[in-house]
Amino acid sequence: MLHGFLPTLLEGAGTTLALAAASLAIAVALGLIGAAAKLSRVPLVRWIATTYTTIVRGVPDLVLMLLIFFGGQIGLNAAAAWMGFDSYIDIDPFIAGVATIGFIFGAYLTETFRGALMAIPAGQREAGLAFGMSRMSVFVRITFPQMVRFAIPGFTNNWLVLVKSTAIVSVIGLTDMMHRAGMAAGATREPFTFYLAAAVIYLAITSVSLLALGALEKRVTVGVFGQSRRVA
Amino acid sequence: MNFDAIIESLPMYASGIGLTLQLLGASLVAGLLLAMPLGIARASDNVWISRPVWLYTYFIRGTPMLVQLFLIYYGVAQFAWVRESAMWPLLSSAWFCAVLAFTLNTAAYTAEIIAGAIRATPHGEVEAANSLGMTRLAVLTRILLPSAMRRALPAYSNEVIMMLHGTSLASVVTLMDLTGAAREMNSRTYLPFEAFVTAGVLYMAMTFSLVALFHLAERRWLGHLAPRKSTPLIAATV
Repeated sequence: MLHGFLPTLLEGAGTTLALAAASLAIAVALGLIGAAAKLSRVPLVRWIATTYTTIVRGVPDLVLMLLIFFGGQIGLNAAAAWMGFDSYIDIDPFIAGVATIGFIFGAYLTETFRGALMAIPAGQREAGLAFGMSRMSVFVRITFPQMVRFAIPGFTNNWLVLVKSTAIVSVIGLTDMMHRAGMAAGATREPFTFYLAAAVIYLAITSVSLLALGALEKRVTVGVFGQSRRVA
Repeated sequence: MNFDAIIESLPMYASGIGLTLQLLGASLVAGLLLAMPLGIARASDNVWISRPVWLYTYFIRGTPMLVQLFLIYYGVAQFAWVRESAMWPLLSSAWFCAVLAFTLNTAAYTAEIIAGAIRATPHGEVEAANSLGMTRLAVLTRILLPSAMRRALPAYSNEVIMMLHGTSLASVVTLMDLTGAAREMNSRTYLPFEAFVTAGVLYMAMTFSLVALFHLAERRWLGHLAPRKSTPLIAATV
């Protein structure tokens, strides 16, 4: 089947998943920082967060990725030359991909987490503080678990878009699933077969994600009346 | 920043914007025409009508648009009967393949938006129309669609922005759209910052112009849902 190219395609799917997972880790970190910044009392901090999300929503992923890949290369080498290194540094497409996709989806998750945090009644946080809980334990035990509940629908959506966005990293030369499908297509002259195979694997990844995150949503909304049955 | 190099490349960017808008306009118009019947079918109670549309939108929404573009641009050439058919001059052009891929993609997302807006119609409106003896077609064209299309406007504006950004993939299949112009400038001058920041700023300007246009459209067609302004109220009490 697939002229023996199935293993290499699946290996590419592994690269795609690793890229998506690493980008997600960065995106979640940036999203939490961004949401905290957007709800900050300091106007400058809010302004920085708003600029970040506005730029990301205004510019296509591909343009940001080409900027970070090609521009980052020049910037990094200029910085290295200035510091006295004379060897040429190549940016790895995987690193550039993780940086770009993490940066982009950090902005989308900023909005998701901000909305989720704002959906929690302020009285709950105040009640925790009134009981003498520290700010840290209020966040860990009261705010965060509920934020997860409110954020899951938006998070699911962002993760699905993120997985699909990783396909463009093949444009800067990462040997992900798209890239390998292209190589197999060139070798066998059967492009339709291999791009369709890649499409089916993407579809499998998004379908499994939907099921898993649906189960998670059911788990965290277990205490909400009517909600858990709606999901089931 | 080397501004001289940017100014020198501006004509290339201008024609890139032209192609980007052309790709966007063509695929949005064709996509909307396709999405209307698909959306109505998707909202149908008959599973034999709604399931096939669901399968189509599930495939499109579950796979990257780049894969869809490659399936059409590189993929169909695999079949001899396609290469020998009358469609081949069209299917071997990058412009046509890009518009076809973007159209099929946006049609799926838009069909789901329209179906959702139709499902959100209050039951009473349809029941009232039925009890007045309106035909199914009249209910559709006079009751369901006018209000559903209005309700779909905010979600559709997001879809239009996603498509504007999606057209940047055209540069991957050799088209000289705005992203293509930036890549060309980068390979000619080796000034990636200047090349891609210029493209980014132009995309941002286009994005926010579209957002502003949709705000106007929403005020025109969704004005009845806007929060009430307080001024007339005060004037009335005084």
